[in-house]
Order: sequence, then structure tokens, then C-alpha cells
Amino acid sequence: MHDHQAARTISIRVFLALMVLTAVTVGVSFVNLGAFNLPVALLIACTKASLVLVYFMHLKGNFKLLWVAAASGFLFLLVLISLTLSDYFTRDW
Amino acid sequence: MSEHGSLAHHFEDLEQQRQSADLGMWLFLITEIMFFGGVFAAYAVCRWMNPAGFSAGTQHLDVTLGTINTAVLIGSSLTMVWAVQAGHEGDAKGISRNLMLTILLGGVFLVIKGFEYRHKFHDGLVPGPLFHFEGEHVAGIELFMCFYFIMTGLHAFHMIIGIGLLMWLIVLARRGRFTKEYSNPVEGVGLYWHFVDIVWIFLFPMLYLLEH
Repeated sequence: MHDHQAARTISIRVFLALMVLTAVTVGVSFVNLGAFNLPVALLIACTKASLVLVYFMHLKGNFKLLWVAAASGFLFLLVLISLTLSDYFTRDW
Repeated sequence: MSEHGSLAHHFEDLEQQRQSADLGMWLFLITEIMFFGGVFAAYAVCRWMNPAGFSAGTQHLDVTLGTINTAVLIGSSLTMVWAVQAGHEGDAKGISRNLMLTILLGGVFLVIKGFEYRHKFHDGLVPGPLFHFEGEHVAGIELFMCFYFIMTGLHAFHMIIGIGLLMWLIVLARRGRFTKEYSNPVEGVGLYWHFVDIVWIFLFPMLYLLEH
């Protein structure tokens, strides 16, 4: 029963952290950070996504092959976006 | 072989069966990452080409409604976690109750989204023949609204499918199909639901917040 209670406590803490981060990203968006607007928004979104992946999607404590599968998905996403952008960003060079 | 009725004959044991189900779901989610990733890449390129138009377009979205919907969706992820937890505890009633809460919150999200869409129709901000917006950066704003409707529309479509899956799980739970040892379908749909939440976690700042 202790395990179940602990799992519930963790889920509520993660939920609260996600809410705080949502408030932070909305609050920060009203401040003009110039070139840092995008990186800050992305950093907060990635942090939130990581919390969901690790705790809500139970990557934590699960078998390692699941980590590899999940990581490969995001690795290919990185390849997709970075190759696309490196093409468009360098066309005028 | 095992006495347990939930164990398919091609698995060694329940744990191997559970891991296979999780891994299979994740392989599907990888295709979903690439699916949404393509749209995000296109969005990044178009935004880079039309910074002023996209920034002007962002100003036509309602940050308050977007924030409320973010909170609602994260809340639905929490109840989904509880449903999966109830599955591990063999608590069929807990599964049903938490899944119903998840459906309720998902429904609230879609209703708010519907009001936002209606507002865009009213303001003539829907791309195509219905687009009647006049002012600066018209072309950029229309392109931004294209992305807004495609991205949030695909996201909402995923949620509608998710709600259908949650209803199916409630039927299974009521029929007593889930036990302490076996609740893989709840776990799998949970992964899907959280993934759709993650997509929104990125859509929200990209569409509603950036340079608004």
C-alpha cells in the first residue's frame, strides 16, 4: 500500500511542477527577451515534456529497451528538424 | 503453461507480455513523433521566412483560453496516470472512475477549442475563401492560421480518437477484463494520451506565446 501512496504523491508533484512551468512560460512570454524568446520557450517545453515522459509515461523504472526506443524517436526528430533548417538557413550563403 | 487467462500463448510470462505491449506502443509513438515533427519543421521554416506575419498571427490567438486548455490537458494526464495506477492495483472501479474523469477533461479541452475555432470563423481568420482579414501582413497571418488549424486540428483529431479508446477501456473494465496482473491496454492508451499531451506542450508556446 505504501508504494501506491508514494506513486500517487509523485504524480501530484509532477502535475504541480507542470502547472508551475506552464505559468512560467506564459509569464515569460509577456517579457520581450529578444533572441532568447524562442530558446526559453523551447527549454521550458522540453522540461515539461521530459517530466511527462519520465514520470507519466513511466520511462523511469521501466526496462532499458524502452529508453532506447523512445530516444531513437527523438533522435530522428532532431535529424529531421536540423537537416531541414540547415538547408533553408544556408540557401543564401 | 501459465494458468493465467490473460497470457497469450506466444509469451513466456506476463512481464514479457507487458514489455512487448509497451515497446509496440512506443514504436507506434515514434511514427507519431515523425508525423507531428514534419509539421513542426514546416512551421519553423515558414515562421523563419515570415517572422512579422507569424508574430502578427500569434496576436489573434487567445492566450487565456490556450493557458486554460493547457492546464485542463495536463489535468487529464494526471487522471490518466491514476487510471493506469488503479490498473496495477487491480482496482476496476478506480480505472473506470479515472478514465471518465480523463474523458471529461478531454471533452472540456475540445469544447474550449471549438469556441476558439468559432471565434476564428467569426473574425474571418479561417484560411481560404472564408478569410476576410484586412490589414498589415495579411499573407503571413493567413499562412500562420493555416498552421494553427492544421496543427491544432490534427491534435484535436488525436484526442477524439483517444476519447474513443478511453470509452472502449471503460467497457473492458466494467466487463472485468482487467486484473492486478493484466491491464496492458490501459497502460498502452495511457502512453498515447500522454504523447498527445506532449504534442500540445509544444504547440501551445509555438502558436500562442511566441512573440505574441
